[in-house]
Amino acid sequence: MATDIIIHDKKDNVGVVVIEKITPKQDCACWIMEDDSSTNIQSVDEIPLGHKIAMVDLKEGDTILKYGHDIGKVVKSIKKGEHVHVHNVKTKKW
Amino acid sequence: MEIPKSFLGYKRENGRAGTRNHVIILPVDDISNACAEAVANNIKGTIALPHSYGRLQFGADLELHFRTMIGTGCNPNVAAVIVIGIEPKWTKKIVDGIAKTGKPVEGFHIERTGDIGTTMKASKKAQEFVMWASEKQREECPLSDLWISVKCGESDTTSGLAANPTVGNLMDKLEPLGVHLCFGETSELTGAEQVCATRGATKEASEKFMKTWNSYNDFILKEATDDLSESQPTAGNIAGGLTTIEEKAFGNFQKIGNCKFIDVLGPAEEPTKGKGLYFMDTSSAAAECVTLQAAAGFNIHLFPTGQGNIVGNPIEPVVKLTANPLTVKGMGEHIDCDVSKILSREMNLSEAGDELIKTTIRVANGRLTCAEALGHREFVMTKLYRSA
Repeated sequence: MATDIIIHDKKDNVGVVVIEKITPKQDCACWIMEDDSSTNIQSVDEIPLGHKIAMVDLKEGDTILKYGHDIGKVVKSIKKGEHVHVHNVKTKKW
Repeated sequence: MEIPKSFLGYKRENGRAGTRNHVIILPVDDISNACAEAVANNIKGTIALPHSYGRLQFGADLELHFRTMIGTGCNPNVAAVIVIGIEPKWTKKIVDGIAKTGKPVEGFHIERTGDIGTTMKASKKAQEFVMWASEKQREECPLSDLWISVKCGESDTTSGLAANPTVGNLMDKLEPLGVHLCFGETSELTGAEQVCATRGATKEASEKFMKTWNSYNDFILKEATDDLSESQPTAGNIAGGLTTIEEKAFGNFQKIGNCKFIDVLGPAEEPTKGKGLYFMDTSSAAAECVTLQAAAGFNIHLFPTGQGNIVGNPIEPVVKLTANPLTVKGMGEHIDCDVSKILSREMNLSEAGDELIKTTIRVANGRLTCAEALGHREFVMTKLYRSA
């Protein structure tokens, strides 16, 4: 089955786009690597290859989980299906 | 896949084996580059390793300079060495360090002779060395003679998803066969440092790692004028979808698979605890990191990239792999091993690891890497602080 988005760990609240891009309102097939399970999500934004999509609604101050680990904090609220990147997430280090 | 038990390498006087048979012209200092390059131009089949430092350094910074110079000469991918410096004393120190391996090495200093006279004398010796080295034949060497270093660059999320885990898969398969392995990039483990520390094989190794990471992080915090968002992640990383240093770090960390590191090495420090995985304290800048690993004796390098880093090294072949299909399409001449089918799930991680093992052995046997064919010879010394 074709996969549009890969999620590392089932705890993760973001997935990674693995096709050239996804377009708004696209129904995407997601593969969760950790337990080889599948899920679906409808995109809100256009998101290019390698960039992240929010799998749930996230509010300011929430922690982004990828690889099952903390990779930064939300600085601007994000809706499920939206693009997650430097405009709405920052490091907790440095 | 059944993993081959051997590769074809050059056996050296000290028992190590090389994947290459270079005769190098090594300048001790920046002002000896011209002479070293003149010798390499005269004598075909030799290579000069110009660099920017070697004058008025002191303390730990000078020690690192000598360790990098001597280690580069000692690397088993090097058959013989001509050392050229401005002054006799430091030149001799480097010659003596390399001579311990038993390989041919001779030093020349420029003071009182000048570039032209030195070039003539050094060229005669270089000709002798390269003609001697050209008769060396590859012989069957056990796979455990491979010392494999790794470093990733121009990473993106495909690195953490696929290319780095492919290297991790190779490590998991080759570690039991007795190879030496090395990862570094102290700053790029930031965010994953606690998890990385748990991968020390002993309490001592874990503590040494945390001490090393803390020291580097303190230095970064002291010098930083902002959140490093212009440097870490890099613009290339961000274009590829990486958002924070923590995300980059967890991707980076996939390169060691399930292995545990047995010791923590200083920059360019040769491992002494036998086979297994080592962590080396290095910068995360590609050429600096590979130069330090080569100086520690590693004889083949695996370099996963996302957006397409193009780095090479003059003595240690750098094998590039990527899982990013756009990178394969746009700059395929830099990619030795394409694992992009992992993303479309047409290839699993174990199959990708097997492909990388095959590529690694072909390169160890003599196949040129893309970086070698394209002439990438980045030799970049790490400098710890200002000179006196």
